[in-house]
Amino acid sequence: MIDKIRTADEAIAGLQDGMTIMVGGFMACGSPENLMDAIVRKGVKHLTVIGNDGGIPPTEKDSARGIGKLINAGLVDRLIASHVGLNPQVGQGMMCGALACDLIPQGTLAEAIRAGGAGLGGVLTPTGVGTIAAEGRQIVVVDGKEYVLEKPLKADYAFIRATHADKFGNFMSGKSTKTFNYVMAMAAETVVLGTEHLHEVGEKDADFYHMPGIFVDYIVGGEFRWQI
Amino acid sequence: MADLKHRIAKRVAMEFKDGYVANLGIGLPTLVSNYLPENVDVILQSENGFTGITDASEPGKEDVDVINAGAGYVNYEPRACFFDSSLSFSIIRGGHLDATVLGAMEVDEKGNLANWIVPGKMVAGMGGAMDLVTGAKKVIIAMLHTQKGTPKILKECTLPYTALGVVDLIVTEMGVMEVTPEGILLKELHPDFTLDEIKAATGCDLIIAENLKPMKVE
Repeated sequence: MIDKIRTADEAIAGLQDGMTIMVGGFMACGSPENLMDAIVRKGVKHLTVIGNDGGIPPTEKDSARGIGKLINAGLVDRLIASHVGLNPQVGQGMMCGALACDLIPQGTLAEAIRAGGAGLGGVLTPTGVGTIAAEGRQIVVVDGKEYVLEKPLKADYAFIRATHADKFGNFMSGKSTKTFNYVMAMAAETVVLGTEHLHEVGEKDADFYHMPGIFVDYIVGGEFRWQI
Repeated sequence: MADLKHRIAKRVAMEFKDGYVANLGIGLPTLVSNYLPENVDVILQSENGFTGITDASEPGKEDVDVINAGAGYVNYEPRACFFDSSLSFSIIRGGHLDATVLGAMEVDEKGNLANWIVPGKMVAGMGGAMDLVTGAKKVIIAMLHTQKGTPKILKECTLPYTALGVVDLIVTEMGVMEVTPEGILLKELHPDFTLDEIKAATGCDLIIAENLKPMKVE
């Protein structure tokens, strides 16, 4: 069996300036914080980041969380997300032109990522018809009803988080940390999984995990139970 | 103001039927869960990925793996179930949600909704709002009738749309209005207000129901 266990720094060694990355989680709940820290340490720039939101900015008491760490470090040129209102650094970046932000309805974002990983040519969604979200997109009529054609999203890297994983990379993300972690596991060239608990293969029943390890390239242990 | 918001939430709660699956927006809509009638069993969905969301967690007793769509720690029912974002929005878009309750910046007489962006102001993003109002079987807008005196119920929205023709019911502190093909039908008027007052606070014509009733709140 291929050894997929790496340190966070080893797992991101191939990450280059200008790459497109996906980051799982929802307002940093379910984001792989150790992997975000490693990206900040490496200092790669001009990233395009695909994720639900802009994460959480730093406060006087706490460091930034999730995608907020990458934005706070100035590593992101373009953010593709559904909601950025809880991170004022995103709005400030957009105002001064340092950060481009494409806003996509949350359900459309999830399906575009799923399409990317599932070999689909896109998704047809009724969401956004007649709104800004349909701008620049083809409208397709099926049985008399209008749909927005959203093209698939893919990335060079996906950084996702599990609560439990085994050393083959089979994993499950607990409770509301699942979010985008499962669809992103399928949609990137290289998938790095940060996990809270790391188990031997066979230690847990095969039925315990939600996602197959075949999607995972590298596994990094040591994720905490983070308080956002 | 707080009293008015609770009045609106109480009235919205009466719209819920036994067995409903519903999604409540952050803010005023969340208050609705406090007023659900005892004999009406509703399961609430949280769009970040579960059914069975209840109330905010007590400080010190949070489960850090359980947040609501506003990033606050919350509790969940024993019958709760957790899932990923793709499935969560399949529930929302796929017609599995009986009702959603959201606030609005503007609603117009065609049922068009604007509640996510003000040009020139800092953008928050639509999050799940566009999917919710497109997919839910019944879209209820719960809001104060005006923005500090400026009408929010209009002939035509001036702000960018969230979705077209989706609003079914509008509940404000002044009354209850249904969006019909003919326009906005005033079905209930709160006793604190006169017909002239609600008309003056509304930016489009109101069709007055033949059997106009006082707004039920208790």
